Amino acid sequence: MADDGEDGPPCAVLAELLEESPEDLYEHAPCGYLSTLLDGTIVKVNETFLSWTGHRADDLVRSRKFSQLLTAGGRIFYETHYAPMLQMQGSVREIAVDLVCATGETLPVLLNSVVRHDDSGRAVAVRTTVFDATERRSYERELLRAKRAAEDSEARAALLAETLQRSLIPPTPPEIPGLGVAAAYRPAGLGDQVGGDFYDVFATGRNDWAVTLGDVCGKGPEAATVTALARYTIRAAAMGTRRPTRVLAMLNEALLRQRAERFCTVIYARLQTVQGHWRVTVSSGGHPPAIRLAADGSVAPLGRAGDLLGVHDQPILYDVRAELRPRETLLFFTDGVTEGRRDREFYGEDRLFAVLRSCRGLGPAELVDAVVSDVVDFQRGATRDDIAVLAVQVPA
Amino acid sequence: MADVLIRNNVTVAGRVDGQPIVFSHGFGCDQNMWRFVTPAFEDRYRIVLFDHVGAGHSDWKAYDRTRYASLAGYATDVLEIIRELDLSDVVFVGHSVSSMIGALAAIEDPDRFASLVMVGPSPCYIDDANYVGGFSRSDIDGLLDSLDSNYLGWSQAMAPVIMGNADRPHLGAELTASFCRTDPEIARHFARVTFLSDNRADLGRVSIPTLILQCMEDPIAPKVVGDYVHSGVPGSELVVLEATGHCPNLSAPDETVAAIQHFLGSQAARG
Repeated sequence: MADDGEDGPPCAVLAELLEESPEDLYEHAPCGYLSTLLDGTIVKVNETFLSWTGHRADDLVRSRKFSQLLTAGGRIFYETHYAPMLQMQGSVREIAVDLVCATGETLPVLLNSVVRHDDSGRAVAVRTTVFDATERRSYERELLRAKRAAEDSEARAALLAETLQRSLIPPTPPEIPGLGVAAAYRPAGLGDQVGGDFYDVFATGRNDWAVTLGDVCGKGPEAATVTALARYTIRAAAMGTRRPTRVLAMLNEALLRQRAERFCTVIYARLQTVQGHWRVTVSSGGHPPAIRLAADGSVAPLGRAGDLLGVHDQPILYDVRAELRPRETLLFFTDGVTEGRRDREFYGEDRLFAVLRSCRGLGPAELVDAVVSDVVDFQRGATRDDIAVLAVQVPA
Repeated sequence: MADVLIRNNVTVAGRVDGQPIVFSHGFGCDQNMWRFVTPAFEDRYRIVLFDHVGAGHSDWKAYDRTRYASLAGYATDVLEIIRELDLSDVVFVGHSVSSMIGALAAIEDPDRFASLVMVGPSPCYIDDANYVGGFSRSDIDGLLDSLDSNYLGWSQAMAPVIMGNADRPHLGAELTASFCRTDPEIARHFARVTFLSDNRADLGRVSIPTLILQCMEDPIAPKVVGDYVHSGVPGSELVVLEATGHCPNLSAPDETVAAIQHFLGSQAARG
């Protein structure tokens, strides 16, 4: 306490403050104040509470229970939460309810209560302070509204991303008669963004098939439109030519004409049966090569990387041809696999080769699963990029 | 199946070879609701306590909006607990909405049960034609608003505390403060399922001896509702307690215990 120095409050004011009657401090406290019996019957109430609610002391004291002053919803909350907590903990804080005033209007309030005990430690009464929370409540309602709106649009965005994404990969697992085919697509993070990865498998003629997998730079709706363009252009182009480099060159032209300003990497493989053997012709537009897993477990890249698509007028592209032997597997993947990161370390090609070697003898579906889970585990489940993996396998 | 016991945070106490007595909490809290009642049964009964999924220390991950879209899902849980512990001759004591959950379980598999004690039951909270449940539909919407407002303090950070995350023992103090707290979305859903339920047609199908404990002034399940349950459950017994409020198990444990023991005593004498 400051002395009555020259800078302190005038003596008269201080004296008056110190002499305020407990009665007045109680009656006109800046909060409502009630005492109730354990069953909630009101036995004492201050002036502030009465002026806020418009109730008369005579109508409340000894004749009403506190919960009877609440709205029906608040009363249920009071009986199912407030009363049990008070009985078990001896106090409750910051419970939000609405009081019904004498006029029938409601007053949003916050309640704090403590149980009073007598000298022998027996609970005898409850003291409750009541704080006007009108403005706080309307602010809270705004918060709730904003939270719900945010949750709704989040859900809508996720659904949109999922729907869009589904249109970029085949709706059913791809099939090529006489070959085992399996594919997996795993969106990055929470999957709430459309990624740029795509793959497709389709027939181009009798005993002639196309397998393609690509990655459009970026994410989101704009990347998705380019991804859709790429997928459908490849399908259309493959009807006019069987040469993989020609298909990719036509895609390149379409991307440039679209002025998409987004490049992409695509690998395209033509698979055909020639006299009972499977032959593959691969062309890569800036995409990681396919990986060939031989029956003896040896692993080698297949294909020669050409230019990115959507950048140059005349991209340099190569067709590489090979025969696929029985029990041989060809794996296609996006850079979400090799560039998967843990801290500063990349998953890398060596790890991919190692997991493939360990997959010797597995069918295409098990092999794809093994690769995806190895990459995801490496990143401790928190993948930052989409992962697309596709495997074709010649049966024994 | 042992994960049923973890899912519902089942605790077993009392006399190992005693008759099983299962206590089931209602909307708003957890098995702590019975803490003043159970000691009186410890020396004679095998006491089984549990938390409904979404409450207390149950496994919240097991909360499934479809399974718990009606009280039948909770009744299935009760039966799964009883079968897992291989209990028979069960006395089921249900508070509030759990008295109806117990009734549904007893209808489904009556052979497991000896008797049913309904504390503050209501088969239907909303008024309907000549039926008085005590509330209107808009009252229940008001409750949901009230829940929203009161769970604002609940945050993602609280979830592991309430769920009993062993990695963070330093949060013990907050745990006390979080008593009776729950995930707001679960609370809303449970409130909706509870207060919009209508199980009036099931009362007549209860075939085991039943005691109804009705508080003198219960704002949630008024006397007229207790009378309705009494007339609906064949051969049931109604005891009106002097206690007021909706939780005599907390506010008047002695009177509650005495009424249950008297009922069980008379059942045994008849048995």
